[in-house]
Amino acid sequence: MTAFYDEVQELRARYPEGTRSAILPALRLAQERHGWLSRKALEEVADALDLTPAYCYSVASFYDMLYLDPVGAHTIEVCTNVCCGLVNAQAVLDAFERELGVGPGETTEDGAITLRAVECLGGCSTPTIVAVDHRYRQSVTPDDVPAIVQGLRDE
Amino acid sequence: MSETTVRVAEGPALVLAGYDGEPLTSLAAYRAVGGYDQLQKARAQDPQAVIQELIESNLRGRGGAFFPTGRKASFIPTPDKIAKPIYITVNADESEPGTFKDREIMLKVPHRLIEGGLVAAHAIQSRHIYIYIRGEYSEEYEVLQAALDEAREAGLLGGVEIVIHRGAGAYICGEETALLESLEGKRGQPRSKPPFPAISGVYEAPTLINNVESITTIPPVLAIGPEDYAKIGAPPDSTGTRLFCLSGNVERPGVYEAPHGITVRHLVEDIGGGLPGDHRLKAVMMGGSSFPVMTPDDLDTPLDADSLGKKGYFIGSGVVTAIDERTCMVQFALRVAQFYMHESCGKCTPCRVGTRWLVQLLRAVEDGAAKESDFDLMIDVCDRIIGKCLCVLGDSAAMPVASCVTKFRDEFRAHLELGGCPFGADSQLAGLFAPVDQHAHTTVAQEAPV
Repeated sequence: MTAFYDEVQELRARYPEGTRSAILPALRLAQERHGWLSRKALEEVADALDLTPAYCYSVASFYDMLYLDPVGAHTIEVCTNVCCGLVNAQAVLDAFERELGVGPGETTEDGAITLRAVECLGGCSTPTIVAVDHRYRQSVTPDDVPAIVQGLRDE
Repeated sequence: MSETTVRVAEGPALVLAGYDGEPLTSLAAYRAVGGYDQLQKARAQDPQAVIQELIESNLRGRGGAFFPTGRKASFIPTPDKIAKPIYITVNADESEPGTFKDREIMLKVPHRLIEGGLVAAHAIQSRHIYIYIRGEYSEEYEVLQAALDEAREAGLLGGVEIVIHRGAGAYICGEETALLESLEGKRGQPRSKPPFPAISGVYEAPTLINNVESITTIPPVLAIGPEDYAKIGAPPDSTGTRLFCLSGNVERPGVYEAPHGITVRHLVEDIGGGLPGDHRLKAVMMGGSSFPVMTPDDLDTPLDADSLGKKGYFIGSGVVTAIDERTCMVQFALRVAQFYMHESCGKCTPCRVGTRWLVQLLRAVEDGAAKESDFDLMIDVCDRIIGKCLCVLGDSAAMPVASCVTKFRDEFRAHLELGGCPFGADSQLAGLFAPVDQHAHTTVAQEAPV
């Protein structure tokens, strides 16, 4: 059996036998390995959990953080909900659009970076919150944008 | 890139007790401020006695529903009455727009959350705790997991198993039955109630579900005693302190611990330093985006459930977001409606379709393409959502939209007269509208009856 299969069995052991609770952690793990949840990735999850790929797809399609289409090697997610919006989130999003040359929901041509606009990230007192590869940066202003993008390109 | 301001604005320090700018993430640091003393004390007590103390304190849920925590615990059957395991799920799926306190609890006092969970486990004689943390919280998860590992190694869990379960991005999973579905490995769609989780929760077993802040408040309640706790704040119903989430157009936004009963004005003007420059308050997003917006004439309302309730407001998750005169309230309502449209799980028709209609109607108002009768139509759509779904997500779109249409009707009307937005690109929320169409939970397109 594959290393992925074994890791999923460890996740399963955290929950009562006969339950499907390990599916979210397993989908997250598969996404970490593949970058997104391709058909192959969903089949691996299904195999490891004794579920069908269709079931795994039905669950994955519900959650915003699970990607059913290819995404860039890096993700930049800008909070555009009300609290960040009141204090300039739009300018931050615009700055990323200019710097990357793509709009929200799009990936740069080289496949390096996906830009997303997302709902409230829970950092409302330090707008604008930007999740860079799922790590929060607080109080991001348009001036910070070039360095954030460069930092990802240098990785 | 500064951090969130987190401090005790007005005493006593309870949830944040011992935190003085230095996170109490290590067991040693938490022990040094009396950490886990209450767990030891509680474990020496009869479980029912602990529940009784929570009832006497009148601690109420900090997640939004304000349900008495002790009473909720008392609904859980005792192990001799049921042949199933008993579960606790801690709701750490903090996603209500404007809410950022549970995150700070996990970053600053993670052991207090664990201690509170273990006390609750003793009280209802449970050996299984799931902490459902929102998927976007990476650092918070790591800090909490590290604290949990340390507590386990120190032998503090006492046979209770705690699993931190990470979500994957869905606001609705903060709704308790949707959370249970998600935890069971399904799409996060709410269940029909009854049965309530206390009888049939996760894996069809009795389950106590509490918000992070509610659980974290348990050790300080026991530390000062329920009688004294019940005197703090605005008794009898809004006892104790809570973490207020102050944001928006204020000089000093942050997470502030203060007693229930301080006024909105005091929080915004004194603790928060008022609005920047000469700007004037236009509205307050009160309790979260799910509730009616507050107008400035109600600024002297005390922040307790009863005082707010008398004026048609909700304390929600302790959110106070100041909105100044630079914001178009049609844009505000539209942005809020878009959020709920995006987050609707799609199960109940009034919510799935109604939130789309509200977005379309508000978009038409913003573009100057609506007609006067559309205002009443929006109110009508709101009325047809509220109370007609399995959960309150639809209500959460309808209440703020209806309040904006009602309280800011002149501003709505000005859009019709001008044939467009009087604020245009000058509104603080201008242009924030397109992106939310990504990754909608449902893809059903339905046209509004215009």
